[in-house]
Amino acid sequence: MIEPLLVSVYILVLAIFVGFETITKVPPLLHTPLMSGTNAISGITLVGALISAGAGHSTLSTVLGLLAVIIATINVVGGFMVTDRMLEMFKKGKRKNQNR
Amino acid sequence: MNIIITLAYLLSAILFILGLKNLSSPKTARRGNQLAMTAMLIAIVVTLTKNEILDFTLIIVGLIIGSTIGAIIARKVQMTSVPQMVALFNGLGGCASALVALAEYNRLAGELRIDVIISMVISLFIGAVTFTGSLVAFGKLQGVIRSAPLVFKAQRFLNILLFTLFLIMGIIVTINPANSTCLLAILAIALILGILFVIPIGGADMPVVISTLNSCSGLAAAATGFVLSNNILIICGALVGASGFILTRIMCRAMNRSIANIIFGSVGTASANSNSNDKRKVNNYTEEDASIMLEAAQKVIIVPGYGLAVAQAQFALQELVTLLINSGVDVCYAIHPVAGRMPGHMNVLLAEANVSYDLLFDLGDINDDFQNADVTLVVGANDVINPAARSDSESPLYGMPILNADQAKSVIICKRSLSPGFSGVDNELFYEKKTLMIFGDAKESLNKMIKLLKT
Repeated sequence: MIEPLLVSVYILVLAIFVGFETITKVPPLLHTPLMSGTNAISGITLVGALISAGAGHSTLSTVLGLLAVIIATINVVGGFMVTDRMLEMFKKGKRKNQNR
Repeated sequence: MNIIITLAYLLSAILFILGLKNLSSPKTARRGNQLAMTAMLIAIVVTLTKNEILDFTLIIVGLIIGSTIGAIIARKVQMTSVPQMVALFNGLGGCASALVALAEYNRLAGELRIDVIISMVISLFIGAVTFTGSLVAFGKLQGVIRSAPLVFKAQRFLNILLFTLFLIMGIIVTINPANSTCLLAILAIALILGILFVIPIGGADMPVVISTLNSCSGLAAAATGFVLSNNILIICGALVGASGFILTRIMCRAMNRSIANIIFGSVGTASANSNSNDKRKVNNYTEEDASIMLEAAQKVIIVPGYGLAVAQAQFALQELVTLLINSGVDVCYAIHPVAGRMPGHMNVLLAEANVSYDLLFDLGDINDDFQNADVTLVVGANDVINPAARSDSESPLYGMPILNADQAKSVIICKRSLSPGFSGVDNELFYEKKTLMIFGDAKESLNKMIKLLKT
C-alpha cells in the first residue's frame, strides 16, 4: 500500500517545482489572467466529482457528487471563459512611435 | 484500459504545464489558456470512460447546469468585478473539493486506509476554509459586507482554540474512521475558521487574500487527489498551489507586509493622525494648466491607481493618451503591482480600454525613466507614489517599493480630495512646488483636458 502513495508524493513535490519554475516567468502584466486561469485549473476536482456522482453507491454520495459536479463545472467553465475574454483584450498597438 | 486512462491523464498534465508556460508572454497567452482548456476536456472525457461510472444521466445534468451558470457569469462580469468573481470561483473550487471528500467518505465507509482518511480530513478542512473565506472576500469586494476590518476581542484566541479543536478531531477520525460525527465537526470548524480568517482583513489587503485563497483551492484539489489516488488532481493542485503562493509573495512584497502581518495586523483601522495639525498649502490648479503642460511635454508617464477604475475613467484616459501620442508626445503607463484589487488587475482594465500592452510597464522596468519625464500624470493613486516610502524611516510605508513619480520635472495629480490612502499616511508629494493638484472626479477632469487639448 505504501508504494503508490510514495509515488504520489514524488509527483506532488515535482509538480510544485514545475509550478514554481513556469509561474515565476509570467510577467505582472498577465497576473490577473494567470490567477483566473489557474483558478479554472483548480476545478480539476471535477474529475473526482464525476466519479462520486456516477458510481451509484448510495443516494447521499450521489447527491454530494452531483452538487460537486455542478459547482466544479461552474468553476472550470466560468474560469476559462473569463480568462479567454481578458486575454482577447490584450493587444499590441499599431502605432510604432514608441522608443521602448 | 487502465493504461490508456493513465496515459491520457499524462497527456492532460503535459498540456496544462505547456498552457501555463505560454502565459509567459501576451502573444501566446491566449493559446496557453486554450491548451489548458483542452487538457481539462481530455481529463473529463477520459474519466467518463472509467468503468466505475455507471450512471451518466445525473452527470450530464450536472455538467449542463454548471456550464450554463459558469458561461453566464463569465460573459456578464465586468472587468472591474473580476476580483470578486475570482474570489467566488476560488470558493467554489474549495467547496467542490470538500464535497468530493465527503462523498468519498460515505462511499468508502469502513474500508479507509490511514493515508486516505488523513487526505480526506485535509481536503475537507482546506476546502471548507477556502469556501467560507472566499465568500467573505467576495462579499467585501462586492460591497455586500463592510470592507473595513472587523476585529473583536479574543479573536486570535478563538482562532487558536478552533484550530486545536480541529487537530484533536482530526486525530480521532484518523484513529477511528467510522466516527462520522467528528468528521462533521471538522467541517463545521473549518467553515467558521474561514470566516474568522478573512473578516479582520481590510479591503486594501484583498489582493493578498485572493492570492492565498487561490493557492488554498489548489491545495484542496491536490489533497482530493490523494483521496482518490488520482495523479492528475495532484499535479493540477500542485501547480495552482504554487501559482497562488508566488502571487501571494509578490503582493506581500509590493505592499511591504508579511502574510502574518496581514492576517493579524488588520491595518486599515489606523487613524489618520498626522495631517490634521499642519495646514500646509497645496498648489491647486485647473485642468487648463494641466492641458497646457501636457501639450508642451515631450515625455509623459501615467500612473493609474484604483481611483481611476472607481471613477470608470480608463476610457477617458485612453482618449487623452491617444490625443497626446498623435501630437507627438511620448506616453507610457507605469503600473504598480497593487494598482487594483488583485494582482495585475490594472493591466486588464487598461487593456479593456484598448491600451496597447507595449505601453504598460511594471515598476522595475520604468522606475529609472521617471527622471527623463517632463510630466507624471497621476490618476487616482496615492500610497504607491508616496516618497516617504523611500526616505522617512518613521513612516508605515517605509521600505515599500514605490513608483518614482516625484522624479519627473513636474507632477499632475488628479484626485478627489487630499484624504490619505489606505495606509492613512499623508503624502509629501502633494505639497511640493512642482506638483499640480487637480481636485474632482477623475473622469470629469480628464474629459475637460481632452476638450481643451482638442481646441
